[in-house]
Amino acid sequence: MRPFDYLRAESPDAAVQAAAAPETMFIAGGTNLLDLMKLEVLAPARLVDITRLDLGGIEADGDGLRIGALVPNSDLAADPRVRRDYPLLSRALLAGATGQLRNKATTGGNLLQRTRCYYFHDRDTPCNKRTLGDGCSAIHGVNRNHAILGTSEHCIATHPSDMAVALRALDAELELLSPNGSRRRVALADFYCLPGDTPHVENILEPGELITAVILPAPVGGRQIYRKVRDRASYAFALVSVAAAVRVEDGLIAHVALAFGGVAHMPWRDGAVEGFLQHQPPSPALFAEAASRLTAQARGFGANDFKIPLLQRTLAAVLAEATEVTA
Amino acid sequence: MNITLRVNGESHDLDLDPRVSLLDALRHHLHLTGTKKGCDHGQCGACTVLLNGRRINACLTLACMHDGDDITTIEGIGADGLTPLQQAFIEHDGFQCGYCTPGQICSAVGMAEELRQGWPSHVTDDLTADPELTRDEIAERMSGNLCRCSCYPGIVNAIRQSLGEQA
Amino acid sequence: MKRHAKIDGPQTDRRLDGMAQGVLGQPLDRPDGPLKVTGRATYAAEVRLDRMVHGVLVRAPRVGTLNGFDTERVRGMAGVLAVLTEGLPRNSAQGAIAKSPPGNEGKAQYVGQPVALVVAETLEQATHAAWTLEVGIMPSIPVINPHAAPTEFPEKKQRDLGDLEAAMAEAAATLDETYHTPTLSSAPMEPHASIAEWDGERLTLHGAYQMLKFNRKQLAEALGIDPSAVRVLAPYVGGGFGSKLGISAEAVGAALAARMLGRPVSVVMHRRQVFEMTTRRSQTQQRIRLAADVDGHLLGIGHDALVSNLPGETFSEPVQQGTDFNYAAPNRKVVHEVARLNLIACGSVRAPGEAVGVTMFEVAMDEMAHRLNLDPVEFRLRNIPDHDPLDGKPFSSNMLAQALTEGAQRFGWRHQPPRSRREGEWWIGTGMSAAVRVNMLTESEARVTLTPEGRAKVETDMTDIGTGTYAILTQIAAEMLGLPVAQVETVLGDTDLPPASGSGGSFGAASSGSSVYLACLEIRSQIAARLGIAEEDLTLKDGHAIHANRTIPLSQILDAPITTEGHVEPGDSGKIARNATYGAHFAEVAVNDVTGETRVRRMLGTYACGRVLNVKTATSQCHGGLIWGIGMALTEELIHDPRDGHAVNRDLAEFHIPVNRDVPDLEVYLLPERDDWANPIQSKGIGELSICGAGASVINAIHAACGVRIRDLPATPDKVLAGLMQIES
Ligand SMILES: Cc1cc2nc3c(=O)[nH]c(=O)nc-3n(C[C@H](O)[C@H](O)[C@H](O)COP(=O)(O)OP(=O)(O)OC[C@H]3O[C@@H](n4cnc5c(N)ncnc54)[C@H](O)[C@@H]3O)c2cc1C
Ligand code: SF4
Ligand code: FES
Ligand code: FES
Repeated sequence: MRPFDYLRAESPDAAVQAAAAPETMFIAGGTNLLDLMKLEVLAPARLVDITRLDLGGIEADGDGLRIGALVPNSDLAADPRVRRDYPLLSRALLAGATGQLRNKATTGGNLLQRTRCYYFHDRDTPCNKRTLGDGCSAIHGVNRNHAILGTSEHCIATHPSDMAVALRALDAELELLSPNGSRRRVALADFYCLPGDTPHVENILEPGELITAVILPAPVGGRQIYRKVRDRASYAFALVSVAAAVRVEDGLIAHVALAFGGVAHMPWRDGAVEGFLQHQPPSPALFAEAASRLTAQARGFGANDFKIPLLQRTLAAVLAEATEVTA
Repeated sequence: MNITLRVNGESHDLDLDPRVSLLDALRHHLHLTGTKKGCDHGQCGACTVLLNGRRINACLTLACMHDGDDITTIEGIGADGLTPLQQAFIEHDGFQCGYCTPGQICSAVGMAEELRQGWPSHVTDDLTADPELTRDEIAERMSGNLCRCSCYPGIVNAIRQSLGEQA
Repeated sequence: MKRHAKIDGPQTDRRLDGMAQGVLGQPLDRPDGPLKVTGRATYAAEVRLDRMVHGVLVRAPRVGTLNGFDTERVRGMAGVLAVLTEGLPRNSAQGAIAKSPPGNEGKAQYVGQPVALVVAETLEQATHAAWTLEVGIMPSIPVINPHAAPTEFPEKKQRDLGDLEAAMAEAAATLDETYHTPTLSSAPMEPHASIAEWDGERLTLHGAYQMLKFNRKQLAEALGIDPSAVRVLAPYVGGGFGSKLGISAEAVGAALAARMLGRPVSVVMHRRQVFEMTTRRSQTQQRIRLAADVDGHLLGIGHDALVSNLPGETFSEPVQQGTDFNYAAPNRKVVHEVARLNLIACGSVRAPGEAVGVTMFEVAMDEMAHRLNLDPVEFRLRNIPDHDPLDGKPFSSNMLAQALTEGAQRFGWRHQPPRSRREGEWWIGTGMSAAVRVNMLTESEARVTLTPEGRAKVETDMTDIGTGTYAILTQIAAEMLGLPVAQVETVLGDTDLPPASGSGGSFGAASSGSSVYLACLEIRSQIAARLGIAEEDLTLKDGHAIHANRTIPLSQILDAPITTEGHVEPGDSGKIARNATYGAHFAEVAVNDVTGETRVRRMLGTYACGRVLNVKTATSQCHGGLIWGIGMALTEELIHDPRDGHAVNRDLAEFHIPVNRDVPDLEVYLLPERDDWANPIQSKGIGELSICGAGASVINAIHAACGVRIRDLPATPDKVLAGLMQIES
């Protein structure tokens, strides 16, 4: 680790002001930042510790829920309101990482965790996300855990968060505080970026901007499923994951929200696929068609080709389970 | 940086490089080597300690972030005679080389509290009900503690026995 | 007094069966347990020394000729005391040899090779300085594809008996398939660590090592000093599985730096370095041919293997070691080919050879049973040889039939066609495999002291890497000397003590145990002599000698402690008879029809390993083997980059060893056996047998469940899914 100055923020405003300085980063749970700092993939000159800020509560927000950015993943998963009204979110959190990590990982940090692309984690290999212009080692390298949707010739990394996939399906919004003191709300839908030719840019946060909370809209009800396909039975990143909130009324799909993990640079959502399912009677044929539409633009890079059929099959199975329609 | 850590009930004033992880503060500065380093990246659980009662990976946090915090390490568990959990680990041969063991035990202590609080896990069927002390629940909740000697059967049985007795 | 035995033939007196204490074989709790569950057992990096500083190794980022380091800049960094760029080995020493590991000859021969050591006052300073050091390399093109590499055919590893080609041409049923296993890693939980301190010309190394008497010599040669000037201490070792057989760069680096600085130096490998700088299990390609008659009797066996290692390394994964004697067949051919690659060095990993060789062979046997329409248990039973099929030697004992039969019965084995059981999305199936593993005895010495108060001390430089050495040596001495186990203390892991076999190749317990047995036998003889009786007529129990209805406390027989030494050496026994261990594995798996994910639902193993010294620790060893089998079958693979061969997933998040939740309830049965040919305690190795073929039972169960045959390990969801989709279309 490169030496750094350590600063404990006393208030959110002080935190963002301190973080506006160059080479400065917030530290929350530290489970991703320190991991990467130890590998000298990240080497900030200054750390602003935000863990003592008062951003820890989960409160009602109209019909929805306001989750402080520092709420640990464990507490969020165990919260009775989340378990009852947003089970998808509990399930996604509990499918991620390990008990110890979830106790430390925060809501804000989880959203901002970096890709698990092997090459990104290895300073001795070229990576555009680390150093723009160096090239992408994964495209012609080991890319089993890489993206199939929304990739670019510069980067094919995935976003590894499970929680973010659930939040995407639940139409969450983020509350941000900027160094000039202004607050804004951004839909998670507009938060992340595709790699394009700027793979080092992963979201729309301005320098020094702090996530203060995640807002969940009113519960949507229906069947909620988070299905994560992985190499081990526990504690492994998703090969593919599907978050689904589906409500069937009078034999027709009345509400459907689907988000996908392990397949893109961000939690993936496809409005056209949801539109296609909406108001239709659920059937295996319908699910198969939805799955093939979802992957129409998908592209594999060799070792991750299997993710295309895997995503299709997992989606079809999740829809079948959610609507209780089986072949 | 000057900080105070309360470790196993005792306060320690330390002057540390901000880069020192909580794990290295324990091992190198307080000479509490019971907490192990298996990966230094949150991947193995060997460094599990209780931070204000909750289990965490001591390798992935900075000591300077824990000024005033309460830390329990393996040295603080069973200091005046083995706890039933530690005894059960011995009886069920829940270890071989013993390197992951302090982490397993601290993790099990933290996990027991999580169960008592009614926290669900990935294998809990009904999210709104209190979880039960099943084999699968223990195995799932202990999956952040790797054991290459592969003592998982003994670990599960030891925890099951000691928690079952308490229940 | 020293009692020496060279094992030239069967040891039929079975003295241990005549003892009275009744502790041997019992499920004794590990004497080291209380220390381990309280964190008080101290491992290599945990010794506290004044003025100690920290060293961090630096890897080669590419392959080529080393041409300079920017040492000046790094020497100027905060806290940096030294930058060492000479004298580090290219790779770890192999096990059980007295030679130092090879130097690097000015080259980086594989990505990840240790090329420098940076030492600083604190670990944080040394770590950052090590990251900063630039390694100058004139790149060359690495050879990483075994099919495009220079290869060698070691003469001793080829076999050609009868005419396999003719047998294949004439047989009623044949199989000719090619299988692959990936690079695997030991991944012990304790990273390789050494603390070196010099006292004048004498070096003490606190090291995480398995075979101390060799480690001392390896280190002495690497440093150019006499072995007698080196003391290695390893009272507790956090797992080894082969990776700590021979010394690695951290030991040499720590010793060199400590000598240079005149201060103790600690060097602990980073987890990523453990994957790269210690040894791996070679990837293998295995072509297996089987020819059988209509009744399922094998006529021919062919097993060709392509493995790899760095140029100059003598070790080559002995894939076909078990094929020499597993099944009968008059026509046999084995081709063993070693490709010389610029990849991480290969060495012994738990059960070198059989772990991957028996596993893939047992998959082939399953395929063949299906072709013959035979129950796979029955197919194996029909082909058990009654003597060594290569040269006609007798078996010291062959318990394969009992292991298969007993295992099948306890598991509730029922042979069913594939895809006959389904629960929701999950296909359920069961599979089995046989286990075989060569058994060895190696030279070992121990010292035992018995006091008049009835306390005994066992001393040897043997290690306990989790294998239960503290427990079993304590039990052997307690049994032989008639003492409660609490009265026996076992001291290990110090080269100042008599040199032992070390922990490796599953020979540790039997070899070091035999030396303790011999030392105790000598004590018994001395006691018997004092009583004027024959040793055979002496009963020792609970600190008393019992003879002719008289019970005499030891204090009345001894006026001073007796100290003896035991020394066992292999002789002709292993040459006259084929020594091996046998077992069988059974597994039930569920395979998800949607995703190709596999979960093991239950697993059972039956094993025969001669006399069981401690049923609890032996069972734990077997659990370990079964779980390694699950990992090998389903998740473990160290992936090499296709361009420069570096290990991309060299950490514990992405190199997937099984986690707790991957492991179901396991059942282990140890069959009663005494193998007189093995050694004076009639005991054989168990730590490795249970991994030999375990993975095959899982792979075979996947086939039974869903009809997908995996020939390329591990059976990750992508591969199973491809098979499922093929069946669907
Ligand atoms: C071994 C391992 C396995 C894992 N497995 C999984 C898994 O299966 N699924 C999964 O989803 N995740 C997994 N994770 C990732 C884990 O969930 C993240 O590390 C964690 O959520 C990050 O949260 P944190 O609070 O520790 O973030 P930190 O490490 O503190 O911060 C991460 C980033 O966010 C920034 N940041 C933090 N908080 C804020 C804020 N409020 N405002 C602005 N910026 C902020 C930091 O500057 C930093 O750049 C795993 C991690 C490890 C180490
Ligand atoms: S996929 Fe993205 S993160 Fe990975 S090497 Fe390529 S540019 Fe870097
Ligand atoms: S050392 Fe902290 S998790 Fe491995
Ligand atoms: S006991 Fe050795 S790693 Fe768990």
